[in-house]
Order: sequence, then C-alpha cells, then structure tokens
Amino acid sequence: MLAILLQQARRILLTALIGGLLGATLVRLGPGFGVDERELDNRLSAESQEYIRSQNARDSNIAVFYARYLGGLLHGDLGFSRTFNRPVSELLAERLPVTLGSLTYGIAGGLALGFVLALATVLWRSPAANLAPSLLAGTCLAIPSAVIALLFLWLQAPGRWAIALVVFPHVYRYAKNLLVATWQQPHVLAAQAKGLGSLRVLFAHVVGPAAPQLAALAGISVSLAFGASIPIEVITDTPGVGQLAWKAAIDRDLPLLVNITVLVTLITLAANTLADLALAWWNPANTVEPA
Amino acid sequence: MKRTQVIALIFLCVIALASLFAGFIAPSYSEQFRDFISAPPSARFPLGTDELGRDRFARLLYGTRVSLLLAPAAALLSTFIAALLGGLAAYLGGYWEKAITTGIDLFLSLPWLFLLLAARAMLPLNTSPVTSVILTFLLLGCLGWATPARIIRAGTRTLLNSDFLIHARAAGISPASLFWRHLMPNLRPILLAQFWISVPVFVLSEANLGLLGLGVSEPLPSWGALLRELENYTEILHSPWMLAPVALLVIVVACLQVVLRTEDQIPC
Repeated sequence: MLAILLQQARRILLTALIGGLLGATLVRLGPGFGVDERELDNRLSAESQEYIRSQNARDSNIAVFYARYLGGLLHGDLGFSRTFNRPVSELLAERLPVTLGSLTYGIAGGLALGFVLALATVLWRSPAANLAPSLLAGTCLAIPSAVIALLFLWLQAPGRWAIALVVFPHVYRYAKNLLVATWQQPHVLAAQAKGLGSLRVLFAHVVGPAAPQLAALAGISVSLAFGASIPIEVITDTPGVGQLAWKAAIDRDLPLLVNITVLVTLITLAANTLADLALAWWNPANTVEPA
Repeated sequence: MKRTQVIALIFLCVIALASLFAGFIAPSYSEQFRDFISAPPSARFPLGTDELGRDRFARLLYGTRVSLLLAPAAALLSTFIAALLGGLAAYLGGYWEKAITTGIDLFLSLPWLFLLLAARAMLPLNTSPVTSVILTFLLLGCLGWATPARIIRAGTRTLLNSDFLIHARAAGISPASLFWRHLMPNLRPILLAQFWISVPVFVLSEANLGLLGLGVSEPLPSWGALLRELENYTEILHSPWMLAPVALLVIVVACLQVVLRTEDQIPC
C-alpha cells in the first residue's frame, strides 16, 4: 500500500513538473508574450520604457521563465488573466467549487445508472433485458456531449445531470462486461449448482469479487466528466472551470488556460490514485478482468 | 458478421457514397439563394435553407464529406504515431519504455477536450476555412495517440516473446528490419482495431469543437459547424428539419459502433 502511495505521489509530482514545463513553454511561445502596451504610452520617459523592456526580457529565457513560474506556483501565484483582468488563483477559487459540485452529481448519477442497468442486464441475462440498456448506452455514446447539453437546455434541466448521461454509457459497458466475466467463473457455477438464488449469487459471488474494479471506475470517470464539463458548462451557461477554459481558449488567454489544464490533470491523477489505492486495499486476488 | 452489422455497414457505405458524390447530388454548399431565406423543405431544398439562404441539404452532404473523410485521416495519423511510439517503447525497453510510458500517462491524465482546447488556442483562430479543417483534424490526429499507444505497447510486448521473433533475432536480422518487417506487420489486427475505434471518437470531438466555435470555420460545412444552428432552439420547434445534422451524426456514429462491436454477449 505504501509502495503504491509513493509510486503515485512520484507520478503526480512528475506530471505536475512536466505539465508545468509544457504549460510554461506554451505561454512563453504563445502569441503576444512579452508585449506590453505600456511601451506605446508616450507619457512614459525613455528610461521607464527601457525599464519595462528589461523586466519583460527577464522572461525571454525559457529556463528562467519556468523557474519563476514554478516559484510562483509554490507561493500559490498562478499568474494573471488578461481576459478577466484578475489573478488566475482568484478565478479558480471562485469557479472550481461549481465544477466540482456538478462533477460530483454527474459522476454519482452516471455510476448509479450504469451499475443499476448492468446489474439488471446480468440478473435477467436475456437478449431482451440487454437490448434496452445497450440501446440507451449506445445512443448516449453516439451523441456529442455538447448536444446532450443542448437537450438539457431545451428541457430546462440542470446541466450537471448531462454529465451523468456522458459518464453512464462507459460505466454501463465496463460494469456489464466485468459482471458477465465474473458470472462465468467456476465459483459462480458451483454456487448455482448448490441451488443458491439468483440475487444471492449476484450480490455475494458476482458483485463482491468485482467490487474493487467497479469502485475504480469512479476514478476513471473523473477524466470523462471533466472533458464533458466544457461543452456542458458553455451551453448551459454554468460559471465553472469548463466555461472558464473555453473563454480562455476563445480569448487566447494562455496563462489561464494552461493553469486550468494542469490543475484538472492533477485532480484527475489524484482521483485515479484514490481508485488505485482502493483497489490495493481490497484483496487483489479476488479481482476479475473484464471480457 | 451479424445482420445488424451488415445493415450498419451498408448504411455507412450509402452515406459515404452520397457525401463523395455531393457535387452531383447538390450543386453548392455556399451559394446563397436570397429569395429563399430560412425556407421550409421543398422539392428544390429537401431540408430547407438557412438564415443566409444556403441549401441545408447540400451543406449536410458536404459537411458529411468533410467529417467522414478527415476523421479517418486523423485516425490514421494517430494510429501511426501510436504504432511508432507504442511499438518502440516495448521494442526498445529500458529507459525508452519508461520515458514513452510516462508520456502516455501524461496524455491520458489530461481530459481530452481540455487538451484539444489548449492546443487549439495556441493556433490561429482566424484562419481560412480550408486551413481550419486541416488544423482541426491534424490536432485530433496528433493528440489522440495515447490510448492506442498503450494498447499497441502491450501487444508488442506479447509479440516480442513469440517464437518467430526469437528465431529472427537468432538469425541475426538487424533491429530496424526486425521492427518494420516482422513486428509491425504482425501488429496489423491491433492497429486496424485502434484505427476504427478512433474514427467515431474524432467525429464526436470535431462536433464538440465545432459547436464551441473552435472547429471548422464558415462557410465550409462540417458536422460540428452545422450543429451550431441548434443553439437557436426556439426556431427548432418550428423547423424540426434543422435536427437533420444531429440525427445523421448520431446514426453514423451508432453504425460505426455496431460495426465495431465484438462484445455484449450475454450468457443465458
């Protein structure tokens, strides 16, 4: 367990460093970097303009720029957003709770719907019982998340449930395949041969051994849900991080966009780490690979 | 192949042929018929015209052509990058494998749309329509390699222990020849599967980008660009034929999924 924790901590740190470097490089190479409109201000003396140029020139070396960027990160300084004319940390502090709230509802809804339908499919094990959930999952997979958001907008339903519809088909397919694979294990056949009821077999001998991997799905769903949050927040006009990222992309506010991307990556990695730890905490010998 | 898969394949072929011969079926996607602004469906305009008087049916056919031609092109690019990186990671092993695996993990940790958005923002937004098409699909191809690379790496590792490769190595074949002549051709089934899996993913990603205004630029149509009309939802109530692009997109992606489907066998 400790080994996994250390490994994951190293992975997160490495990702943050590489992600930060990539981010800093993007900002450094992005259009408009190092340009200061004060240089065009005729009221400023030649010395003042020279001072502004020398301040900007400090960041022309990418290594120096990255070191300063990292130093800023350590002090919680994520830079300044040109579009919103506010510090990035302030914007994130304001919008992150909104997105995290939506994601919690969306992921919980998607997981619940996916698990319940997968359980029903495996319990009744007939083509008819498989057809309706498979059709629903297939349709949700075939609709772009932006269109799902539009649908929710037309129905005047909360956007967070749109995230649930994006997460659900992935959960359903994985959970169903995993439960089917577990159902075909010898111990399940033995339990059925001994005359145990379907529900008892399902919950005690199928869901139990598959539980760690089912729980790990929650971690994987975070990445999916974050991706879906951009079009959903934009279309339903939810003031979250997804909408912020879109505005930053449209206005080419790279410092803001890069910090959001690194932050989202770290949250995703943390969620995956929790899922891995949950898997390790459970007895891994009981786990079954999905078909 | 099951009957549903055959039907889905036939439907996909019909749609692909119709979009390829769009020039014969509907003359122009950008011509503006000023006397027919927002016209309802008719024999001349089967899906009516948009607010600029352009034939919606023609735009749908040309948009389908753009999406259905370029999504496979992007999938080809991403599969090539994945084959190269995933194959080399497993083949070279050691630090190379660690470095490439770290890269794959980094890409997989980034939510797909955030990555696309960040990369798209780096590139000019006011480009010509043709450049925007190339940029959009090039980005999809260049950024979508991580998941296939992980699978190809696993496949390559399995292959490396097979008898024919051990024989080839013992016979003194050069590493480059071993990689290109013996390893890659035997990875063909995995590469093909990864290619086909990427196509619907890229079609949907382009649609999402288009709806967010970061995809293909006007007046060139693509499914993403056509979906932008859906934002005007009060008009859709009076003009339900505006839903044709989304219906076609959903049916095509669903057909691709049906054709690709190998699982879903429920034991009775």
